[in-house]
Amino acid sequence: MKVVDELLKNPGAWLKVGAHPGVMVSSRVRLARNLENTAFPGWAGEDESQRLWQSLRPVLEALPGCAAPVVLEMENLSRLDKEILVERHLISRDLAEKGPGSALVLKADETVALMINEEDHIRMQAMSPGLSLPELWRTIDSIDTDLAQQVRYAFSPRLGYLTACPTNVGTGMRASVMLHLPGLVLMNEINPIVKGVNKIGLAVRGLWGEGTDAAGNMFQISNQTTLGETEQTIISRLEQIVLEIEEHEKHARARLLQQKEISLRDHVGRACGILTNACLLNSRETMDMLSALRLGIELGLLREWSAAVIDELFLLIQPGHLQKVEGRIIGAEKRDLARARLVRARLSAADKRQQG
Amino acid sequence: MMCEACGKKAATVHWTEMINDVVRKMHLCEACATAKGLDVNNPAAFSDVLLGLGAPKQPETRERDTACGLCHMRIADFKKTSRLGCQACYDTFADELKPLLQAMHKGQQHVGKAPAYPKEVKAAIPAVGSLSSLAALRQKLASAITAEQYEEAARLRDQIRQHAEKASPNQRP
Repeated sequence: MKVVDELLKNPGAWLKVGAHPGVMVSSRVRLARNLENTAFPGWAGEDESQRLWQSLRPVLEALPGCAAPVVLEMENLSRLDKEILVERHLISRDLAEKGPGSALVLKADETVALMINEEDHIRMQAMSPGLSLPELWRTIDSIDTDLAQQVRYAFSPRLGYLTACPTNVGTGMRASVMLHLPGLVLMNEINPIVKGVNKIGLAVRGLWGEGTDAAGNMFQISNQTTLGETEQTIISRLEQIVLEIEEHEKHARARLLQQKEISLRDHVGRACGILTNACLLNSRETMDMLSALRLGIELGLLREWSAAVIDELFLLIQPGHLQKVEGRIIGAEKRDLARARLVRARLSAADKRQQG
Repeated sequence: MMCEACGKKAATVHWTEMINDVVRKMHLCEACATAKGLDVNNPAAFSDVLLGLGAPKQPETRERDTACGLCHMRIADFKKTSRLGCQACYDTFADELKPLLQAMHKGQQHVGKAPAYPKEVKAAIPAVGSLSSLAALRQKLASAITAEQYEEAARLRDQIRQHAEKASPNQRP
């Protein structure tokens, strides 16, 4: 679809990291909301879902916080277009699997996305590069407040916002921060940190959410619990923890430079060699190698590229984006060939030395 | 790493399972993983693990088969998907939910934001749900069986089953 093609011209709001290279990659805050006295999407029939979407659509299109949005209905999208939206974190895999009545309402700059008829009637999220949880909460809070002027939510004074899954009841809020933690991984210090974070009620996941592992040393940290605390309390605890983890990561990197400089340079140099020469690259290996390059750039060991080039590649080498860039559907094995070609071309074009 | 099952393709699915405290790791290619019934695109969700989805099925007891007054979900439906049918389910299944909510959350009383509705509700969107649709199907099914109209009953049963399948598309093997 044309509209999805347009998205590809930009690096994706959550990855516009040129200005914020570093440990904190991106932040997001999402709210789960359901309309009063209406079956939750998983239990509602297709007719009900479609009626809900039809009546909600004009209201969402007129929301001041999400002006002139792009509206994409799942039933009209190709598998590849949906894959692109998943890779850009604009929709979930669950929404991509849904049919009539399920849709995405997206602010054109990709900073606000409303999923309709996913697990809950409305899943609204705001996202940005770097660490900015309070700002994102203000954005999504005001959209939620505006929406409550026109709809009535399923809400109980005792249990808060009522959601299809009891794990989300209460605030219905999930705040998360994506961190790039190669230093802690290389120093073998990541496991105690993940365990510690889990102990205080926060979840650690890979780049693409639940069930994915931390390819490219990207870790998503989010609140696990939603009932019994205010949104501000949840957000400030998460913020405090990710700031502490950032400190640990910085210390780990400093120690790497001090104690293991040769093996660090070797690690970065090998990644560099593979990415600029390999003919076949699967996405896992590519992400791990890109992670090494990103670390090398941030530590001043590599001067050929900017961090923004690497971050854009993180997105472009994903299966959906790769096929879209190539302009055709490619099977998994041929994809490794196309991926390696793309990485070589991009890295060579962006090499500052060759640009003189 | 090559796939442990076929040894031909690269292993892209890394599956860890724990049975009776024995951890087993498998490294498979996508085709072999799918053949073994692993849902490659929908890895187990944390909430599903917490809610015991995929755990061996307990024998169903017939003593409690309350249906939600608003959406007619039954406790068996909830156990299947671990997703509730509507807001009233929180009251209907309060007893079942209580231990879950206590295990999942920091408190049991909401203290966060509450919706601030305008004093006069102008053109508010009315509740769209015809929540009776499933209930109506169930009632029709009951009367069809009583009237021994078995063809009609089979048709209704399939409709109800579709409804339930729609509610649990990601059931794990």
